[in-house]
Amino acid sequence: MTVHTLIIRTAGTNCDEETRFAFEQAGSEVILLHINRVIENPTVLDRAQILALPGGFSYGDDIAAGRIHANELRTKLGDRLEQFVDDGKLVIGICNGFQILAKTGLLPGPFAPDAEQTVTLTHNNSNQFEDRWVHLRADSDKSPFVRKGQTLYLPVAHGEGKFVARDRRTLDDLKGNGQVVLRYVDSDGNTGAGYPANPNGSADDIAGICDVTGRVLGLMPHPERHILPTQHPRWTREGPADVGDGLQMFRNAVDYFA
Amino acid sequence: MIWQIEVALKEGLTDPEGEAVKHEANEIGIRGIDRVRHVRVYAIESDMSAAEAERVAAELLADPVVDRYAVGGPVLGDGQDGGRVVQVVRKPGVMDPVEASSLKGIADMGLRASAVRTARKYHFYGSLTDEDARRIGDEVLANDIIEETVIGGGELAIPHAEEAPFEKVTVPLLEADDEEMMRISREGVLSLNLEEMRAIRDYYRDLGRDPIDVELETLAQTWSEHCVHKTFRGIINYNGEIIDNLLKQTVMRVTRELDRPWCLSVFKDNSGVIEFDERWGIAFKVETHNHPSALEPYGGAGTGIGGVIRDPMGTGLGAKPIMNTDVFCFGPPDLPDDRLPPGSMHPRRIMRGVVAGVRDYGNRMGIPTANGAVFFDEQYTGNCLVYCGNLARIPADKVEKAARPGDRVVVVGGRTGRDGIHGATFSSVELHEETSSSHVQIGDAITEKKMLSVLLEARDRGLYSCITDCGAGGLSSAVGEMGAETGAEVDLDTVPLKYQGLAYWEIWVSEAQERMVLAVPPEHEDELHALCRSEDVESTTIGRYTDTGRLVLRYKGEQVCDLDMDFLHDGVPRLERKAVWEGPTTTEPELPARREYGDELKQILGAWNVCSKEWIIRQYDHEVQGSSVLKPLVGAANDGPGDAAIITPVLGSTRGIVVSNGMNPKYGRIDPYHMAASAIDEALRNIVAVGGTLDRAALLDNFAWGNPDKPDRLGGLVRAARACYDVAVEYGTPFISGKDSLNNEYQVDGDSIPIPPSLLISAVAIMPDVTRAVSMGLKAPGNAIYAVGLTRDELGGSHYYELHGELGRNVPQVDTELGRSVFDALARATTDRLVRACHDCSEGGLAVAAAEMAFAGGLGMRLDLAAVPSSEDARADAVLLFSESNSRFVVEVEPGRADDFEAAMGDVPFARVGSVTEGAALEVTGLAGEVVIDEPIADLKEAWQAPLRW
Repeated sequence: MTVHTLIIRTAGTNCDEETRFAFEQAGSEVILLHINRVIENPTVLDRAQILALPGGFSYGDDIAAGRIHANELRTKLGDRLEQFVDDGKLVIGICNGFQILAKTGLLPGPFAPDAEQTVTLTHNNSNQFEDRWVHLRADSDKSPFVRKGQTLYLPVAHGEGKFVARDRRTLDDLKGNGQVVLRYVDSDGNTGAGYPANPNGSADDIAGICDVTGRVLGLMPHPERHILPTQHPRWTREGPADVGDGLQMFRNAVDYFA
Repeated sequence: MIWQIEVALKEGLTDPEGEAVKHEANEIGIRGIDRVRHVRVYAIESDMSAAEAERVAAELLADPVVDRYAVGGPVLGDGQDGGRVVQVVRKPGVMDPVEASSLKGIADMGLRASAVRTARKYHFYGSLTDEDARRIGDEVLANDIIEETVIGGGELAIPHAEEAPFEKVTVPLLEADDEEMMRISREGVLSLNLEEMRAIRDYYRDLGRDPIDVELETLAQTWSEHCVHKTFRGIINYNGEIIDNLLKQTVMRVTRELDRPWCLSVFKDNSGVIEFDERWGIAFKVETHNHPSALEPYGGAGTGIGGVIRDPMGTGLGAKPIMNTDVFCFGPPDLPDDRLPPGSMHPRRIMRGVVAGVRDYGNRMGIPTANGAVFFDEQYTGNCLVYCGNLARIPADKVEKAARPGDRVVVVGGRTGRDGIHGATFSSVELHEETSSSHVQIGDAITEKKMLSVLLEARDRGLYSCITDCGAGGLSSAVGEMGAETGAEVDLDTVPLKYQGLAYWEIWVSEAQERMVLAVPPEHEDELHALCRSEDVESTTIGRYTDTGRLVLRYKGEQVCDLDMDFLHDGVPRLERKAVWEGPTTTEPELPARREYGDELKQILGAWNVCSKEWIIRQYDHEVQGSSVLKPLVGAANDGPGDAAIITPVLGSTRGIVVSNGMNPKYGRIDPYHMAASAIDEALRNIVAVGGTLDRAALLDNFAWGNPDKPDRLGGLVRAARACYDVAVEYGTPFISGKDSLNNEYQVDGDSIPIPPSLLISAVAIMPDVTRAVSMGLKAPGNAIYAVGLTRDELGGSHYYELHGELGRNVPQVDTELGRSVFDALARATTDRLVRACHDCSEGGLAVAAAEMAFAGGLGMRLDLAAVPSSEDARADAVLLFSESNSRFVVEVEPGRADDFEAAMGDVPFARVGSVTEGAALEVTGLAGEVVIDEPIADLKEAWQAPLRW
């Protein structure tokens, strides 16, 4: 069966083209639509198995990263998004997409249009935008996008990527439920390495989480920027790999429906 | 009513913004602050209820996880428990993108508000005097050109502009004498000289009427140095020799003589275009935004990058931006306060603001900033340089355009406000201590980003016949240029405004950002407006192109301008200027030879111009769009200095482009001719260093100079332009676009301080197969190290001399025959995959290149100076180590490839000079056989990284 991915863009979305490329390389058909088209005709969601919110600076990240777009999705499409997840489909939010998913309450869920927000992504401890490559380790099998124990080398590029939970219990629940999917580690695979392995000061080195169903994933690093071997920062010294580390995540998502 | 809402981070969380302010306060010598907390203030004009205001605060403005908020009062308390409070608010009319976004958020919640205004508030805890608070306000938090600082905070008002009464103003020019005409020019910031004023007066005498103010403004904008390059295109008496149009005689002549078929559009559009492949072209443009950046670094630099992005967007029928470059020149960050000219900001603050401005605009646009450079020199203190560049991808069959009579004049994007009035003419004015004003603005990247999306769609649907950006001179320039061959009429009252109160001439010349002007055939008008509307982009028909050859403006039904397009575009009198060049006046110093150069190497590595720029590079997203192949930071730890950027404009293809730059203002102090020649050589050798070739390489020139009315400044400019011709034509690399920024001088105590003569050369080359890219870090122990190229006794303008307080005279020269053969030989070797690492020798010479390769690769290197190919006069350790001779490289080759590599080098000067070692040291043996450098690479790297580890 052909898997369809819907990518939603709006004012300030930047990574839509490379996210489209990543899903296409993984074998998915891609529909890339402006948010206004989706609000006008929400049935486009019915035709997609995967929904992707790409990186960028939606509405300039004014007020706070992803806030305006999250508010828009929640108020205009909240029921539809809830239905999308209930239908057993997949959602991925990358970077700004993660910030948006957290601020709509889709992450960590359970989602309802009036759900309270319990986690957030806030300003990096360095107080500045940083572009650097990080090592990641998958700590859970709950999300179909990754396999537990898998390691990934991907870039981050953000100013507001510090993961914070409302309280200790929220954090413990996430870990207990296997919702902590990706953590920042050092080159030997260890957590607790501090800056710059953890580039933003995220609690418990958390780089990505999924919702209670496992079908909604948000992560700060950019898997769509490591599809091609020449995107690796050291391919000229280590030699080009067959494919980039990020591609497997998109393949896993497409295979989920195969 | 107005609801005031304050938001702050919850107690117990790190406040990164507050910490940054504390750090910067410390930098200006204010101690005793324990803690700073940052508060975001929103004033919302709305008839919503208190419960609704509470909802807006809780659900939209505050983050429930990390923030606390207060409606109608201070969130952190006042007086003693709130610490000392400083509030910063933008002056009325200064762009604040958050206002529009907040209104959208409120509307999405089903509520209504008529206006939003924001402010920043800082609570300082610890011991802080009133004077300290004022200084922090002035020197850290706010810029009084665009912001007001209130000690103690207070209610945030929302001002509303009044409509301006319409009064058509004519300027009495017909009877004016010379003195009166110059008064009119000066007081109106027209920057027109006497001859130009006379030409205008004569034109109106023929018409038998006085000019209307907006007509005079239009002429001033169109005739500005910024728009017509009067100096470069004028007549120059150079040491008695008459040069008619320096631009045509030098830079443009290269392109004409080389006549490359892959140059698709040169020197006629908003950027130059070369062919990438059968389907695509690559557009490239670099501009400066110096004076606005000196006054308001953040806004000036942001609008600088925003403006240059619109150049390719307005080239042909529109290009898609794919990469940014930026090159900055500042005063030294450690300049003692007592050397700061009055009225200038400290270079450290300018640098922080400029970097943040480029970062916030470029990152928000989703364009990778993958190449750049920074230069420091005390003479840039009062007049920094901010070069911003953009490359873009354009369909090869869409590089031509023309407005046709009957087409509608459509303005798209941002609204027009009273910002940036007189930018074009202002750039011809030298900066003074009291220069200030509405010449600076704040950009809004998201307005530009969403405009870009719809314009690319409109281009592909064929909805318009011509497009250009609204840059310097605003609508006046854009419509004037597009209608130059046809004629145009515009109804100024249809132009959408940010607020009321603009006079008709202000609407016409405002340089408000994020606007493009289109020529839209009437049959596509509705579809274009519908497309824009569908993505929340504003578009408005404001007039039409005619066949009258006249520029006609109307306001409130009355005609306010009727100018002959021919006079507007061809009536400017040619400028005649004197230029003098008397040869280099400096001398060579005699420095004693030393036994050991390790300390000097470390000092040069730590010099501002050489040290790591990682602090800047990482703040830019250099990987968005997924196109990066060779990143600005390379090496074993991703932190070595790459020579050039390689990107793939078509994702998934291995066909790429290489982008580099060359510049060295220090050489210009000795002789601008050799400075220019060296800049071209450097830009091209950076391309070759990463595996590119000169087969399809093109250049951009950006001259930033002092006042061309002064013959010595202009003499240097002539020298530099002539070098551009001599070197580029021999290297076979055409210029495709360029720009000049003159009058970069700063008045202090009656003296005029010019910037050093500064020529930035930017280069782009097509790379057929990016998998042949080479990076500069050492790769493996046991590999051979080669020096390629010839080292001469050329320490003039070098870092080595600077270290000893000298300038010297033997400035590096370019031997184009030698350089060309070196470049071609190395390109053969990289194309055949014979090279493991390569780095060009530039600032700091061979020693710095070797050190950088070693610590970037995390490996040691052994070098023997006796083996380095050199001229006879260069046989001294210091010269071989630190001379900055052009066309040289250090190359790493696997032993098994050494024979092939040597064969590829042919008869160019090259030699095996050492090897990569397991050890962790750079070990250099001098001519006498003694070790002259033996330094751990960790120490070298630390020296290089420490200065800008901010």
